[in-house]
Amino acid sequence: MARYILTRLLQAVFVLWAAFTVSFILLQALPGDEILIKFENPDLGLSKQQIADIRLAYGADVPLHQQYLFSLGRVLSGQLGNSIQRGVPVIDAIAANLPSTLRLTVLGFVTAASLALVIAFLATLTPFAFLRSLLRGLPSLFISLPVFWLGIVLIQVFSFQLKLIPVIGAGPWEGLVLPVLALAVPISAPLAQVLVRSIDEVETQGFVAVARAKGASRRWVLWRHVFRNAVPPTLTIGGVLFGELLAGAVVTETVFGLNGLGRLTEQAVNLQDAAILQAIVLIAALGFVLVNLSVDLVMPILDPRLRKAFGGAS
Amino acid sequence: MTAAPNVPSLLAVDNLAISYASGESRQQVVHDVSFEVRPGEFVALVGESGSGKTTIAQSVIGLLPRNGRIEAGAIRLNGITISDWNDTRLNSLRGARISLVPQDPGQSLNPTRTIGAQIGEIFRIHGQRDRAEIRRRVIELITRVGLSDPELRAGQYPHELSGGMRQRVLIAIAIALKPELIIADEPTSALDVTVQRRILDLIDDLRREIGTAVLLITHDLGIAADRADRIVVLRHGRIQEQGETRQLIAAPQNVYTRQLLADVPVLAEAVLRPAPSAAAADAVLVRNLTVEFGTAWSRTRFRAVDDVSFRVAKGTTHAIVGESGSGKTTTVRAIVGYQRPTSGQVIVAGTELSSLRGERLRQFRRSIQLVYQNPFGSLDPRQDIRDIIAEPLLNYAPVLRLERQRKVEAMLDRVKLPRAVLDRRPAALSGGQRQRVAIARALILDPPILVLDEAVSALDVTVQAQILKLLDELQRELSLTYLFVSHDLAVVRQIADTVSVFKNGRIVESGAVESVFHHPRDPYTIDLIAAVPGRNLPRRVAIAAE
Repeated sequence: MARYILTRLLQAVFVLWAAFTVSFILLQALPGDEILIKFENPDLGLSKQQIADIRLAYGADVPLHQQYLFSLGRVLSGQLGNSIQRGVPVIDAIAANLPSTLRLTVLGFVTAASLALVIAFLATLTPFAFLRSLLRGLPSLFISLPVFWLGIVLIQVFSFQLKLIPVIGAGPWEGLVLPVLALAVPISAPLAQVLVRSIDEVETQGFVAVARAKGASRRWVLWRHVFRNAVPPTLTIGGVLFGELLAGAVVTETVFGLNGLGRLTEQAVNLQDAAILQAIVLIAALGFVLVNLSVDLVMPILDPRLRKAFGGAS
Repeated sequence: MTAAPNVPSLLAVDNLAISYASGESRQQVVHDVSFEVRPGEFVALVGESGSGKTTIAQSVIGLLPRNGRIEAGAIRLNGITISDWNDTRLNSLRGARISLVPQDPGQSLNPTRTIGAQIGEIFRIHGQRDRAEIRRRVIELITRVGLSDPELRAGQYPHELSGGMRQRVLIAIAIALKPELIIADEPTSALDVTVQRRILDLIDDLRREIGTAVLLITHDLGIAADRADRIVVLRHGRIQEQGETRQLIAAPQNVYTRQLLADVPVLAEAVLRPAPSAAAADAVLVRNLTVEFGTAWSRTRFRAVDDVSFRVAKGTTHAIVGESGSGKTTTVRAIVGYQRPTSGQVIVAGTELSSLRGERLRQFRRSIQLVYQNPFGSLDPRQDIRDIIAEPLLNYAPVLRLERQRKVEAMLDRVKLPRAVLDRRPAALSGGQRQRVAIARALILDPPILVLDEAVSALDVTVQAQILKLLDELQRELSLTYLFVSHDLAVVRQIADTVSVFKNGRIVESGAVESVFHHPRDPYTIDLIAAVPGRNLPRRVAIAAE
């Protein structure tokens, strides 16, 4: 077990390093120079010499590999540097925006998972065949809804038509309802699809027939035998979908005018704010790694066959 | 009906008809079936795949697949019609009065829950709440079905148990509430013969102990003849014949029953095969073969094959017999060059295998071809039969299209398949036809040696008999050498000249088939021979000699 966790941890560290390095290379390869974008603005009236001095002060003239080693060392010591565009430490910009995004994504994911569960269970338990096939069609519909379109429609319907939620000046939680929904619906779709398919697959297994031959009711069988065996594949997909959440947050925050990492990302891309982008990539990678690490650690609890694979007691 | 008027029947199936929905139409698979099981009686429902035997069993316990429907007739338990009951009503019956021992123990236990929980569940479903009492009865049941360390077993998961142990757990579940009827649906077809016998003995003992009736669903007339009081023979969803076992076996009235009886491979059967001459050259020579598994940095290495030696004379059949885990498959893989020996020599048709690498190894495989057990998995479902048979030619001996066509058709004639199958895909063929295709594919390169890895094990007895006959003819016509891997001693006796009995990676006994079977010396061989079902079937020297 200890060895299993250690290997997973080392893999996680590698992923983080790779994410940092690749994003560094990509950001440097971009045409344009963030220092020039900011200081070549004629309104500032800086001379060429002054700009060159500023570049020197930011360390932009040293060779790339030295810049890379410098920023890597800085990250390792827990610092993220300063944003040139904003003139503030990156850490402050992130800290100001992280909580709201975290709230949005966590709620979005929980909603998506609940939605998927409800769809999957109704699609298997409903006694009417037409309703079952209707529910089974739902994920395909959900998956084809773009977040930005869904967001606009939700605002139109709930805020402007029904006037249930004010567009401006909604309470902190009230204001989250629509964005969370817009974020959750497209993500619930693949989850529900995988869950429905796994339930179908598990239901053909011999042990389900044996459970029914014991005299167990359909609900008993579904809850005690089918569900636990159908969850692991869904969990794996859930881990992978974490990336979708972050991408979804960028669109949702923009559409709903919320502050958050998504908004910050959008602005940073426009301004080529490399330091902030680099930090966001790192945070996204960290989140991704943590989520998938916990999925890997939860799996053996759900499926005892996996415990043997890493030499646990048997 | 054969019912004695004074004995009330426990289960009565009257004029039962069942259909399955397929697309828009419904197809009837069970026609007008009537039979009965009396209290405490052991009745066997015998038929090939597709005979409707499992469908009937499922309908009795009310577990037909969703697209299945009872069209006519009735199923009665103690005189009360249960075939029109809904699930909720049937649930009070299932497990308590009718229980099921399923076919495949590997699949029939929930992999995420402990053995104890799965046995205990049946008490909880039927209203027992007292945890200590449930635990006590679970331990009692585990002990009763002959598993050691009941406390330990209760806490284990299914994957930690062998197939035979899992089937014991499933039997424990089936007898937990002392039902009046146990339906055993091919309970041993996935198990090794010696385990098979012990499981059937256990079912028999428990039946006597608690007075339960057993409805055994099986394709194996030998098992039915050994165990059942009465036999019902099914084909294409219709009853062909039913009656007292002894009577039915001794004087079968129905043509199909007679056919089935003739096709069951029986150990007592004398098949006269000329003994291989000692002078014949060796087609395969295995010397002190040892194969170990394990990685370089792990301390424990598993020895799958341990110092194995045997020889196969040209033009003869050598059988490798053993149960799962005995090392027979690994030995075969080493012989065809898929597995490098840890030590020892394999010489095939005069070539020492360990000296071969890359292209020379590939060319070597021309001379030794394989036919696998599963005719469903070993043919590419997307290729048509023509391409499947021709593929080895493309790999080894590219010839012009017309020549290839001619060869494929000639091979098709050899394995006695009609030309019409050439453009079909494997899914459109029966199991026996597919196995013929697999044989044709193996023979198209004219290899001197054919390895048959459980090649007839998945087939119904009648089809099995036909394939064995075909193999015998091909061997004589083409002077082939066979290496025949099997767990079925009765089949081995029909086709092989010499035999090696494998156990735990070693050969415990080997020699000419007749002498090994008549005078087995090793206790394991004796056990293996005793476990072959069909002792109650009559000897049929006349049929075998034809």
